[in-house]
Amino acid sequence: MTAVDTPLLRVRGWVSRRRPWFLAALGLAAIVWPYLASAIKPFYLSLTIDILIFAIFAMSLDLLLGYTGLPSFGHAAFFGLGAYVLAYIASRSDLALNLTSNLLVTLPVVMLVTAVVALIIGFFALRTSGIYFLMITLAFAQMLFSIAIRWSGVTGGSDGLPGVARPTVGVGPLSYSFGSRTSFYFLVLLFFVGSYWALRRIVNSPFGWTLRGIRENEHRMQALGVRTFRYKMAAFAISGAFGGLAGMLFAYYLRGASPEMLHWSTSGEVLIMLIIGGPGTLIGPMLGAGIIRGFSLLISSYTERWETLMGLLFIAFVLYAPQGIVGMLRQKEKEPDG
Amino acid sequence: MAELSVKGLTKHFGGIAALNRVDLTVASGARHAIIGPNGAGKSTLFNLVAGELPPTEGQVYLGERNVTALPVYERANLGLGHTFQRNNLFMELSVFANVRLAVQHRLGINRHWFRPIGSFKQLEERTDEILRRVGLLGQRDRPVSALAYGQRRALEVGLALASEPRVLLLDEPTAGMSPAETTEMTGLIESLPESLTILIIEHDMDVIFNLAERITVLHYGQIISEGTPEQIRADQTVQEIYLGSEGLALSDGDGGEPGRG
Repeated sequence: MTAVDTPLLRVRGWVSRRRPWFLAALGLAAIVWPYLASAIKPFYLSLTIDILIFAIFAMSLDLLLGYTGLPSFGHAAFFGLGAYVLAYIASRSDLALNLTSNLLVTLPVVMLVTAVVALIIGFFALRTSGIYFLMITLAFAQMLFSIAIRWSGVTGGSDGLPGVARPTVGVGPLSYSFGSRTSFYFLVLLFFVGSYWALRRIVNSPFGWTLRGIRENEHRMQALGVRTFRYKMAAFAISGAFGGLAGMLFAYYLRGASPEMLHWSTSGEVLIMLIIGGPGTLIGPMLGAGIIRGFSLLISSYTERWETLMGLLFIAFVLYAPQGIVGMLRQKEKEPDG
Repeated sequence: MAELSVKGLTKHFGGIAALNRVDLTVASGARHAIIGPNGAGKSTLFNLVAGELPPTEGQVYLGERNVTALPVYERANLGLGHTFQRNNLFMELSVFANVRLAVQHRLGINRHWFRPIGSFKQLEERTDEILRRVGLLGQRDRPVSALAYGQRRALEVGLALASEPRVLLLDEPTAGMSPAETTEMTGLIESLPESLTILIIEHDMDVIFNLAERITVLHYGQIISEGTPEQIRADQTVQEIYLGSEGLALSDGDGGEPGRG
């Protein structure tokens, strides 16, 4: 490795030698935060929940864009679908089934449905690449969006499906309801940490390295004998399922599903998070989610010009730091080989 | 026994026949070279054999099996290895990770999606073994983009070897190399196991006459001669083709870099 000695890398080295301490401090901060936030300004806790959910969403897209090299512009399809599937099961609205809000049911159903739909979309979209792939994923997501608007007998049309019950877990007397904002925060935090852990394991597995190989040079992977289509399908399904998980949490958070979750601007927003944070790393999308959601929710209460600012920020990153924040910090250093 | 054979292989690009009714049999364990001037159809032949292009007519056999309709990855899994004329590597990954991608497919562990790749001990050992064989162990952790040209060519061969092919197609392995690198590459090819069948395209006649046991000469998409190196060197028609284009390339040894262009 040709390590260039820069102040940034020295800081990085200093941090990584003390990793356990930093993790412990981070964990402690995450636990204390809801109590601290409600003392300062309760809005900060809601903001944190929002950011954690979008971080899961951005990490799920990263498996496609950053690790497999598939530029999906339709990831809102899974986010919105996860929200609608949950709402259809758990909403008290007359249109919905109003079955249960128990995570033991809703979580597997949402992830299974989004994974299956991802396989269907992937089956068609993965026959193309580059700009065509981008367009066809966008088209599928817009199709779901228009279904959500038009098929109002099932989806509630432009009103969506409100009245999702609070999440519960467990059976009978051993069941627990995440009624308070603080308990919901811990639930989301758990899913966030779990998703990061699972996705990290996936990208560091032989399967994850196969995806990197496809990103770098799909043709050579085929010449080595790898049936790349299957691996791309699997990546699509996993990515869709985690995107669905994020959508489900967002619907729990907002207590309903609405068509905007399926809108192309949601797909665009998550893409921008990835590009700003750094695709091909799992930390990057988290940072991107924090920046975009954090600033948009904070600044939009002061000015209407947030979207212009976001546009400028995005242009600056594409021009001067195409590898995002994490890429900038890494300098010329290469990914370690698990 | 024929390890690789093609029958009546024809490829038209538009109205032009790049390859015209080519019959070729490569014996098991052979060191077989294809030579011919630029545009003779050598690369087209390779692309048809590897499955990169569909033939207009004719068949490709691996052993007894007709593989004409099979895609690239299935031919690879039946034992057809392939190096590329232009380096075709995983540029942003380390040298180690490049070869490991080939080994992990060979070991059939790509489907493990939740177990750390570092926990597969055999994977690491086999990868290092290949790196040692192609002389890249010292470059193990460098990204491919930081390698010298000759090292990248060696990595090309390493990737193909890692799949443990029965038949290896080498597409101009020494193209663009310095004399020292060429010697190293020739040594590497000579060191490959005798059971491996090798079909090689090469412009450097010294390399060809060092390595090949049998030579097929292509010209305008057709085979015009085939035989041992001695027979080819003495062949009148072959002499004329090379005389006509680039001077007496087949007179062993004194031609500098004959036949290149």
